[in-house]
Amino acid sequence: MSIDERDIYEEHVLPHYEDPYHRGHCEVATHAHEGDNPLCGDVVRVEIELDDEGRVRQAWFEGDGCTVSQSSASMLMERIEGMTVEELKQFSAEDMLALFQASLTPNRQKCCLLSWRVLQAAMHSPIDGEDEDAEVDSFGGPSLSEES
Amino acid sequence: MTVTEAFALDAGRFRSDFPVLTTRSRSGAPLAYLDNAASTQHPAAVIDAIADCYRGYYANVHRGIHTLSEESTERYERARKTVARFLNTEHARELIFTAGTTAAINTVARAWGSANVGEGDHILLTMAEHHANIVPWFQLATQVGAHVHFVPLTDDGRLDLESVARMLDALRPKMFAFTAVSNVLGTVNPVAALVEMARERGSATLVDAAQAAPHGPVDVREWGADFVVFSGHKVCGPTGIGVLYGREAVLDAMPPFLGGGAMIHRVTTRGFEPAPLPEKFEAGTPPITEAIGLEAAVEYLGHVGLEAIGRYERQLVERAEAGLREIPGLEILGPAPEHKAGIVSFAIEGIHAHDIAQWLDTRGIAVRAGHHCAMPLHQSLGITASTRASFYFYNTPDEVDAMVDAVGEARDRFRKRGRKRQ
Repeated sequence: MSIDERDIYEEHVLPHYEDPYHRGHCEVATHAHEGDNPLCGDVVRVEIELDDEGRVRQAWFEGDGCTVSQSSASMLMERIEGMTVEELKQFSAEDMLALFQASLTPNRQKCCLLSWRVLQAAMHSPIDGEDEDAEVDSFGGPSLSEES
Repeated sequence: MTVTEAFALDAGRFRSDFPVLTTRSRSGAPLAYLDNAASTQHPAAVIDAIADCYRGYYANVHRGIHTLSEESTERYERARKTVARFLNTEHARELIFTAGTTAAINTVARAWGSANVGEGDHILLTMAEHHANIVPWFQLATQVGAHVHFVPLTDDGRLDLESVARMLDALRPKMFAFTAVSNVLGTVNPVAALVEMARERGSATLVDAAQAAPHGPVDVREWGADFVVFSGHKVCGPTGIGVLYGREAVLDAMPPFLGGGAMIHRVTTRGFEPAPLPEKFEAGTPPITEAIGLEAAVEYLGHVGLEAIGRYERQLVERAEAGLREIPGLEILGPAPEHKAGIVSFAIEGIHAHDIAQWLDTRGIAVRAGHHCAMPLHQSLGITASTRASFYFYNTPDEVDAMVDAVGEARDRFRKRGRKRQ
């Protein structure tokens, strides 16, 4: 983290961490998914409401973990409202890292991509009353390469 | 700590022996390497010993009737004798070179375990174990139908000998495997007393000395355990080598683990006869240059002085804890410094360990953050991750102070202060 990146943290990352966009539950969610990274304890759940045209009307998240995993989830929820499913599928990992702005080491990129992965899975996890207990996915975290 | 207090050794005398310690971190700050419990750095003596082998006399050992092979063999076996003296074993053949602590424990769990642990038997561990001293026992237990149990720790992260005695009495485990020093809490366990308690109840013992061997003299005869294991890369030696010490009678009775070249006396179309110790447990081409590097490392530590290393690290721990205690919301894990070896782990309420470690990295300070391969311990402490600073004799009081300052900065930076999104 260079001096400039410290400013990105102060102006962009930490405000999302402290004052997250749509942290909570979406009462009318049509799709939801949860993922965690047991190696560092980051957890993110994403709940979205898709309208009849397949457009994101609302996006909410809930979670616990480091500033990178939680602030990136907030940024992502803010970003995707109004997007179509097709646009969500086009939204790549590189787009997610660009949205975060601050540069991240490979290990911490996994923290940043947790909510993005959960969102990609959520689009395939409609809430139809039967999928309530869908499995929690575990993704790699910052220590994946060094701890096991 | 007052400025007049004398330190047990002068780190500055040794720092120039370690090429990496003169480098700068990516941020431009001098490197403060405080991740020694994960792996230590290497003095030029070790690097040179490895390079000299490759440049001057390397060949496979125990095989060729030619000069290079004979010289390599002689140096490899000399390394065994040197490391055996480092542990004060009775015989050099009781010292098996393995790929590391993990490989050594797996060797015991598979080879000794499959011959001695059966259905319904018990294996006793402590809550402070590294995954390397947990998972192999679970694998054995699953295979044979045995049960794994954990001795809980006291509130300050120590072993309560009465709890140990109670569990040994109740379970009569076939094996009591425990760490000499916790890799997270730094707690130093009373190894000889624990071994004695286990032996009185008929339990075999394995001591994980990976965090003990770097920080003070290890005397396997004083400890009395059946098995003692440690890794080269935590004592200034190379990776890819570790040590399995076993009492001769125990190793003689234990079936071989890996099969292959070097571990056999004779192979026919009907079967094989294993070689005697130590080759019986060294199948395949062994870690030759790594053993020679490890020899150079333990000789170097002998030159620094292991007693002094232990005393000095305790002074650094005291200094670190005195500083860290001033930071609001910070909790130091584990017991008081006098029960610790070179390790200070802590958690700050509301701030994730990875955020702290990343901030410290911007200051050139390398610490470890996470569960440190000890998830059951962290679960028992009710946290998912901690930040760990681990010291070695080449760390200075200034580095400790810089770490404490940077942790205070991290706490100020990441604490919630009503920031709003724009």
